[in-house]
Amino acid sequence: MAEYEPVLLKRINKPDSASLAGYLADGGYDALKKALAMSPEETTNTVKDAGLRGRGGAGFPCGLKWTFLPKDHPGPIYLCVNADESEPGTFNNRILMEKDPHQLIEGIAIACYAIKSQKAYLYIRYEYGRSYRTLKKALEECYAQGILGDNIFGTGFKLDIVLHRGAGAYICGEETGLIESLEGKRAWPRIKPPFPAIEGLFRKPTIVNNVETLCCVTQILKLGGEWFKSIGVPPNPNNPRDPGSYGPKLYGISGHVNTPCCVELPMGITAGELIERYGGGVWKGRKVKAVIPGGVSMGFLTADELDTPLDFSGPGKKGCLGLGTAAVVVIDDQTRMVDVLYNLARFFSHESCGQCTPCREGTSWMTRILERMRKGQGRREDLDLLIEVAGSMGIIPGTTICGLSDGAAWPIKNAVNKFRDEFESYIESGVSTVTSAQELMQLAH
Amino acid sequence: MAFLSDELRSQIESHIPDYPDKRAVTLWALHHVQDALRCVPLPAIREIAEILELHPSEVHDTMSFYGIFRDEKHQLGKDRLWVCRSVSCGLRGGEEILENLCKHYQVTPGGTSEDGKVTVEYAECLGGCEQAPCVLVNDEMFGDMTTESTIEMMDRLK
Repeated sequence: MAEYEPVLLKRINKPDSASLAGYLADGGYDALKKALAMSPEETTNTVKDAGLRGRGGAGFPCGLKWTFLPKDHPGPIYLCVNADESEPGTFNNRILMEKDPHQLIEGIAIACYAIKSQKAYLYIRYEYGRSYRTLKKALEECYAQGILGDNIFGTGFKLDIVLHRGAGAYICGEETGLIESLEGKRAWPRIKPPFPAIEGLFRKPTIVNNVETLCCVTQILKLGGEWFKSIGVPPNPNNPRDPGSYGPKLYGISGHVNTPCCVELPMGITAGELIERYGGGVWKGRKVKAVIPGGVSMGFLTADELDTPLDFSGPGKKGCLGLGTAAVVVIDDQTRMVDVLYNLARFFSHESCGQCTPCREGTSWMTRILERMRKGQGRREDLDLLIEVAGSMGIIPGTTICGLSDGAAWPIKNAVNKFRDEFESYIESGVSTVTSAQELMQLAH
Repeated sequence: MAFLSDELRSQIESHIPDYPDKRAVTLWALHHVQDALRCVPLPAIREIAEILELHPSEVHDTMSFYGIFRDEKHQLGKDRLWVCRSVSCGLRGGEEILENLCKHYQVTPGGTSEDGKVTVEYAECLGGCEQAPCVLVNDEMFGDMTTESTIEMMDRLK
């Protein structure tokens, strides 16, 4: 296979990668000009025909989402950019925003033109202070040069982009939680329908798109939909509902590897190749025990499943929830799954917004059951209890409003199924693996 | 007399034109107040509500949802140091760094050193996983940290 040349990350190592001058010198904003010379409908179709699926985790076809807006709406229509990247293991949006903010701004402008929006809100998690400041400067440069504002490139197209800082809550990555938070309220996800395209921010039609998705939009307009479709994995001909996994993808590699990094590759690389070729292999000469394929909500691949292609449908065939954010976290063979699972469960019980009882209580009980197990007081029936609790919460069984709960439950079910022997012998051993650091955290105020 | 300074008021008000509904300025208002006062005291909540034409309970409701904001009983120190404990950092020693820092500053997580300089907290994923273990100082992330390098960095900020 010929070495893939990065496109989304092409500019990140340039010394002035974040400046407007540098971006313009590399042909920046030509894609926006190209879009402005077409109609909004043609722009939407270009993105739709390219087969771009959302990069934020759900993989919903991007152009199709745009067509859900009501026709001939008097406006306003809003675009919300989801830069609340918080799924543990995920960091690629941060790199895109810090290193090449204009690629994102251009994608926002193209999307707004396509959906006939004159206002975009970029909801950025508070922890990304550096991204916030980089984007703030980039937006100021754009306004000064007439790339944003009332009459963009003299075409009469109007657009304002407003930066909005979050306040440290994972749930704001859920699109209706993000909207509620942006409106100044607690980030409780909304019951759908109505979907945001019909009634979203300030009760107006709204599209929510992820940062990497919008960067792909820039490149699709720049290099063409055919270019995008020449990369990645075409639809499975035996599955009429598979839209394929086209385009490049940013993969994050972290955890127990020698060289944690973010790498851009055609969709469909296997987990094993990613770890060996780009992650530098497992650290300390150890072996893989498990791999999280796309953020902690997705579950685990075992060491025997490393040939799984990391495209939209690959991880699902191995019992994972999906590709998620393509944040690959490697766990070595010296690590206990019960300890990893406790870390994940603790995260979800901390981040459950508390609106739906099955999630609020379920995440907390799963954490406490794992805690008891890790004190050496686990019982054999705890494993079935974990699966019972996990099976009762989420959109899948129909007991919660949003998918946080499914993401909390999935790794529990998945790990207990795939590593049941390890859990059973751990429980029988009666050893305690609770660390003093974890005890200390329980004293937090 | 107003509790919030004119400067804070104008910082808050500067966001109002960006939104069709003043309520959307709530998070900005809370951030500005906490940045300046290291907490959001009750009189500030009342005045934010007044500026944004809300009931104080609405501002308080939003504030209490987001773990980032502190009331006057839990005022932050001069700098806030978050240590990531989520999976990628957890696998590479993040929790141990947190424990060591708590010992060093003689606090439990969430507490502030006696000299008022540093508040130590744990954080969920900071999005710096390729540089695990990582920490956040106020809103700047630093990666590939050890206990020693974190303490040195915080000493330089004093």
